[in-house]
Amino acid sequence: MDKFNIEIDGKTIEADPGSMLIEAADNNGIHIPRFCYHKKLSVAANCRMCLVEVEKAPKPLPACATPVTAGMIVRTRSKKALEAQRAVMEFLLINHPLDCPICDQGGECELQDVAMGYGKDLSRYTEGKRTVKDKNIGPLISTEMTRCIQCTRCVRFGEEVAGFREMGGMNRGEHLEIGTYLDHNLQSEVSGNIIDLCPVGALTSKPFRFKARAWELQQRPSIAPHDALGSNINVHLRRGEVMRVVPRDNESINETWLSDRDRFAYTGLNSDDRLMQPMIKRKGVWETVDWSLALEQAAIGLKEIINLEGADELAALASTQSTLEELYLLQKIMRCLGSPHVDHRVRQIDFSCQDAMPLFPGLYQSIEQIEHADQILILGSNIHHDMPLLALRIRKAQVHGAKVHAINPLPFTYHFDVQHDCVCDPQDMIILLMGIAAALNISLGVEASISDTAKAIATDLQSGKRVTILLGVLVEHHPQSSLIRHLAKLIADQCLGQVGLLTEGPNAAGAWLAGMVPHRQAAGKKANKMGQDAAQLCETPKKGYVLFNLEPLDIGQTNVMQTLKAAKFVIALTSFKQADLLDVADVILPIAPFTETVGTFVNLTGLWQSFTAVSKPFGEVRPGWKVLRVLGNLLELPGFDYEDAFAIRDELKAQVDAFTPDAPAPLPAITKPSAQEGLVRVGHWPIYRGDPLVRRAQPLQDSGLNGSVAAFVHPALAVRLKLTVGQHVIVQQSHAHIQLPLQVDERLPMNVVYIPAGYSETAILADYAAVILGAAT
Amino acid sequence: MQDNKSNLLEHEVRAEIDRWVAKYPPEHKQSAVLSALHLAQDQNGGWISQDLLDAVADYLDMPRIAVYEVATFYTMFDLKPVGKHKIGLCTNISCQLQGSDKIADHLKTCLGVDFGCTTNDGQFTLREVECLGACRNGPVMHLDKTYHENLTPEKIDEILAAVEDQA
Amino acid sequence: MIEHQNLVCFRGLHLPEPWTMAAYESIGGYKVWRKILAEQTPADQLIADLKTAVLRGRGGAGFPTGLKWSFLQRNAPGQKYVLCNSDEGEPGTCKDRDILRFNPHQLIEGMAIAGYVMGATVGYNYIRGEFWEPFQRCEAALAEAYAAGLLGKNIQGKGVDFDLYNHLGAGAYICGEETALMESLEGRKGQPRFKPPFPANYGLYGRPTTINNTETFASVPVILADREDGQKGCDWFLNLGKPNNGGMKIFCVTGHVNRPGNYEIPLGTPFRDLLELAGGVREGHTLKAVIPGGSSAPVLPAATMMELTMDYDAIGKAGSMLGSGAVIVMDDTVCMVQILTRLMDFYYEESCGQCTPCREGSGWVHRILWRILNGEGHIEQLELLESISSKVIGHTICVFGEAFALPILSFLKHFRQEFIDHIKLKRCGVADGQV
Ligand SMILES: Cc1cc2nc3c(=O)[nH]c(=O)nc-3n(C[C@H](O)[C@H](O)[C@H](O)COP(=O)(O)O)c2cc1C
Ligand code: SF4
Ligand code: FES
Repeated sequence: MDKFNIEIDGKTIEADPGSMLIEAADNNGIHIPRFCYHKKLSVAANCRMCLVEVEKAPKPLPACATPVTAGMIVRTRSKKALEAQRAVMEFLLINHPLDCPICDQGGECELQDVAMGYGKDLSRYTEGKRTVKDKNIGPLISTEMTRCIQCTRCVRFGEEVAGFREMGGMNRGEHLEIGTYLDHNLQSEVSGNIIDLCPVGALTSKPFRFKARAWELQQRPSIAPHDALGSNINVHLRRGEVMRVVPRDNESINETWLSDRDRFAYTGLNSDDRLMQPMIKRKGVWETVDWSLALEQAAIGLKEIINLEGADELAALASTQSTLEELYLLQKIMRCLGSPHVDHRVRQIDFSCQDAMPLFPGLYQSIEQIEHADQILILGSNIHHDMPLLALRIRKAQVHGAKVHAINPLPFTYHFDVQHDCVCDPQDMIILLMGIAAALNISLGVEASISDTAKAIATDLQSGKRVTILLGVLVEHHPQSSLIRHLAKLIADQCLGQVGLLTEGPNAAGAWLAGMVPHRQAAGKKANKMGQDAAQLCETPKKGYVLFNLEPLDIGQTNVMQTLKAAKFVIALTSFKQADLLDVADVILPIAPFTETVGTFVNLTGLWQSFTAVSKPFGEVRPGWKVLRVLGNLLELPGFDYEDAFAIRDELKAQVDAFTPDAPAPLPAITKPSAQEGLVRVGHWPIYRGDPLVRRAQPLQDSGLNGSVAAFVHPALAVRLKLTVGQHVIVQQSHAHIQLPLQVDERLPMNVVYIPAGYSETAILADYAAVILGAAT
Repeated sequence: MQDNKSNLLEHEVRAEIDRWVAKYPPEHKQSAVLSALHLAQDQNGGWISQDLLDAVADYLDMPRIAVYEVATFYTMFDLKPVGKHKIGLCTNISCQLQGSDKIADHLKTCLGVDFGCTTNDGQFTLREVECLGACRNGPVMHLDKTYHENLTPEKIDEILAAVEDQA
Repeated sequence: MIEHQNLVCFRGLHLPEPWTMAAYESIGGYKVWRKILAEQTPADQLIADLKTAVLRGRGGAGFPTGLKWSFLQRNAPGQKYVLCNSDEGEPGTCKDRDILRFNPHQLIEGMAIAGYVMGATVGYNYIRGEFWEPFQRCEAALAEAYAAGLLGKNIQGKGVDFDLYNHLGAGAYICGEETALMESLEGRKGQPRFKPPFPANYGLYGRPTTINNTETFASVPVILADREDGQKGCDWFLNLGKPNNGGMKIFCVTGHVNRPGNYEIPLGTPFRDLLELAGGVREGHTLKAVIPGGSSAPVLPAATMMELTMDYDAIGKAGSMLGSGAVIVMDDTVCMVQILTRLMDFYYEESCGQCTPCREGSGWVHRILWRILNGEGHIEQLELLESISSKVIGHTICVFGEAFALPILSFLKHFRQEFIDHIKLKRCGVADGQV
């Protein structure tokens, strides 16, 4: 239907049929007060603040729940409208504590703001005010429920957006209480959004509690550094110190939301582990030194390796939490020194498809498009934990009628309906995919059996008009990652769909573009000299290593610790002290985390998002790109005279724009998977264990979402092995053994042992590798 | 993640809930929640424990919080232990005009407790309730699921005596 | 004097076990339903008859039933529902319980016809949770009706489907509000929905739905029946009452009368006749005030009442409502402050709490009234009460707000002096004759 005209406050405006009055007003800059209405939530019309006068209507109508009709005449500030609004305001305030001076919401409270415009007759209420007992809902959100105005935004968020109801309204009438009923930590990975949604100070940020007043804060835009979505954020500072992080609206990326990881990880910035000064190890003892000495030592160490051992004995590994500029400079230094051994894929095992990779891995569709998919196959991802906000888009798709299927080696919980939730061992994942492919009449060249599930999923996928297959980190880390990618590609092509890669960290795409891979230089040019991949670099020791933003427990390779320990010289550029790192490194250069540096992350749609430092570096900490620039100069390498970080970015951008990479190589041939024999350990970095910063964010660690550090098996397996829950067991792999408590989960495949990664205790174990379990004596 | 507590509902209770569920479209099992809570309450001697609330939620595939909301909204659900028998005397306008005050006094004296309390022997929980919809025969009270109408002090004595005889 | 009594919903009351199918059929029960099935009577014709009869909704608002039924698009695709509102909770009202207990089959027949008329193949009868005995009567009646092949799929082989179920509530007055009832039936808290959309478009489970009161549905079979004298039931029904107020209505007369009871009498009957039927006010006392339509209806002073006839239009004109037909009679011993405070206790307890003016307003007036009752009131609080009430009216999601605000205004309008005296004396003066 066409737009039509309506009149609000004497102004003629265009309105969309089916929209509500308040939307039409908002789109035209006419402000109607509201509390319960929120553009991303369903209409509740319970606060009654938005009452306006509509011509011919006998009563004032709530603008949030009144559909526009052609020719409608509306008055938002007439006597009748204002009387209604004042009446509601008075009712809202009678039981409100009006404790603004001590309320964290003070200065950014919707109630306070609106009350300024209306609140006159406050004195008419002389009765005692209602008080509501507070709830403990975990380490992230503080509650002061006496301030609640029962707008139910928080309740609706859980039900509608997060897909996971934890908040509710108990009792009735004046006794209506919003809360969780039982005190418990919220389990949602996006729970912090209710802080933003709550119009009053009933739900506030616990880590931010009493830290600062809203008007003392300065706001600086930045980009969240924990997943590949690249959520837009605002960082709030007081006198240069980061006080909190809030979402910055970006419809095409994070909408108005933020994951708890992106919101609260900043609390790790001030951890006791923060490095303030460079350190060098002399005769096994760490000393704090000044930058010139540290850099000199670093340069000498590197030169020594080159001179004595040859450039081939030097390698650099970096995390995808590093900026595009840092990664570009790091690989540039390495390649200038003659070493091709650079990689960021520190958790990957199977590299056989690396030549088949396009310029950079990503979603190959917009984030919004995910909402419009009608068939979604999730392969190898704990989607809510790996990419919390992308999961919300999938949920929207599902609510709109899409069917979602999941194939994972571990059981996960979904906050949307999953048509087929297949949990199977790593080999069976492949067999199932082959079955789906075969059911779709794709010729694989190898024999494939079609299970009922495979047939059912194939039928669904085939019926889709907008099919998308999302490959997560559990596929990326899978020993036959390439085979799975190939199968996914064949299936997607057959259904005219799309494959998307859900990469780890905020800048995997950037790492590829920057040339932080052994087989390709910056901009995707074929490497002159082929380097070794992360697995080889960890498996067969080199003499010298540069670790950039990485702690050993971030690396998912076998033998990391032995390899690094055996090396002659290890430089770590990092923001935090960490025991394993102190163990293996010889020089530690403290570099700035994202809040203290300038740089660029490329998100999973290939969007380059640059950000600047929001605060000054701690102590003597320096931005990584500056450290690398000086190191380049000290090593007397050409081309390290950048004026600023943007010059680095622009240099790379020019290369990317100028160079057309060759078409990716074909994916390796399909081979028949072997059956799984014995037990296999499958690991996964729990939601708040994936990078050094988030691991130091205490409130997130306390939230309970990481799960416990244990060996999880199917209860029947425990019985077979004569092991009991809670008992300590020995987990043995070829080279290592550790002790862990035993836990059971009946949704696990019979031969899979889930042991989380991201903990020092488990770092020694290889992922997707055979294990033996036995009772500890 | 959470243990499924459905099995805390007795077998017959689950069967009865199933009969209720069958009344509604298959995708609206939740419609049976009030009946399920009534049944859980009856199973548990007149009140619903936390575990049983969870059991109902799990049995009907509802978020637990949704069951807590419902259980705290409707007055017929008790979430704390109560007496063996519940007495609810209507004191609303019609019953009041027809003499519920006198009945209230009499009940309180006989049972030795005020409204909202349970007798020491755990036999009765006495409550003041809103209109029971039997106004023409006020004063009215319910004793568990049975209505007693046109109450007089003598009638109260008989009713209480009958319950005690049973015990 | 009142000529007619118990001709519609209570027509079988004289029978020994009127709730049985046999008893019901002995007075012509299910004849209409069988005839409709047999003749496949056009729905439009049935609606026209209902309109002729001017059957107005017996649940409170008095909305013309024929008109309501015509809103539902009979031929629209997809599931449609009919709901019976047997949540009877309006203080003073006790008629639906008697229909459920004594004449459940007539309700079933009415609902089946409604389903047929509106193309709804499923119906639910929402019975308030406390009505355990009536619920069981209804369950038994349903079983009989199913056994007789009068409900179910392809009824009597005529290709008509109608499944009917009893649903049990759990104690919440607000669930009598039609959209709260739907929420409740869907297994949630009984919180009214904002309208529009109206139930005819978006009702139970989001499907088109028609909801009527128990007495409304139970009146339908009689209206659509042909009379023995050849008269059409609808004409007979209309003529029982008065223009625009067809039929009989059950009045639940309670309070200070000698014979409280349910009286099914023609609409338009003078109040004084009804009072007489109920035995008049108690010996030695005089009539003081009457709430003519359940506790949510404004109170009227004796003098006004004695001149009124009992029908929607007359009572409405006098500033109150016929509502559910609960006539609460008060004699000169009552303290109006106490009565209003008791009523507000009720509304305070029963507000769903969803929307601000009702949640906060009900608590506020409740506290003020208790202060006045306890002798702690101030004279300015009377205006405050009026101001609060007027700020609730028209600002809430459902009319529960009006249901407590209008009575406050009426008590203060007609009995203000008693409130003033109460404040001045710091106690009630009615009982000891001080006022
Ligand atoms: C607070 C409130 C309580 C109500 N309670 C009842 C009730 O118990 N029974 C009833 O039939 N209608 C009740 N109603 C009216 C219903 O909303 C609805 O108008 C009625 O069921 C329609 O049926 P009718 O057209 O046959 O009267 C109530 C309305 C309100 C606002
Ligand atoms: S806690 Fe905040 S968001 Fe939730 S209902 Fe209360 S005021 Fe609204
Ligand atoms: S914003 Fe419209 S009623 Fe709350």
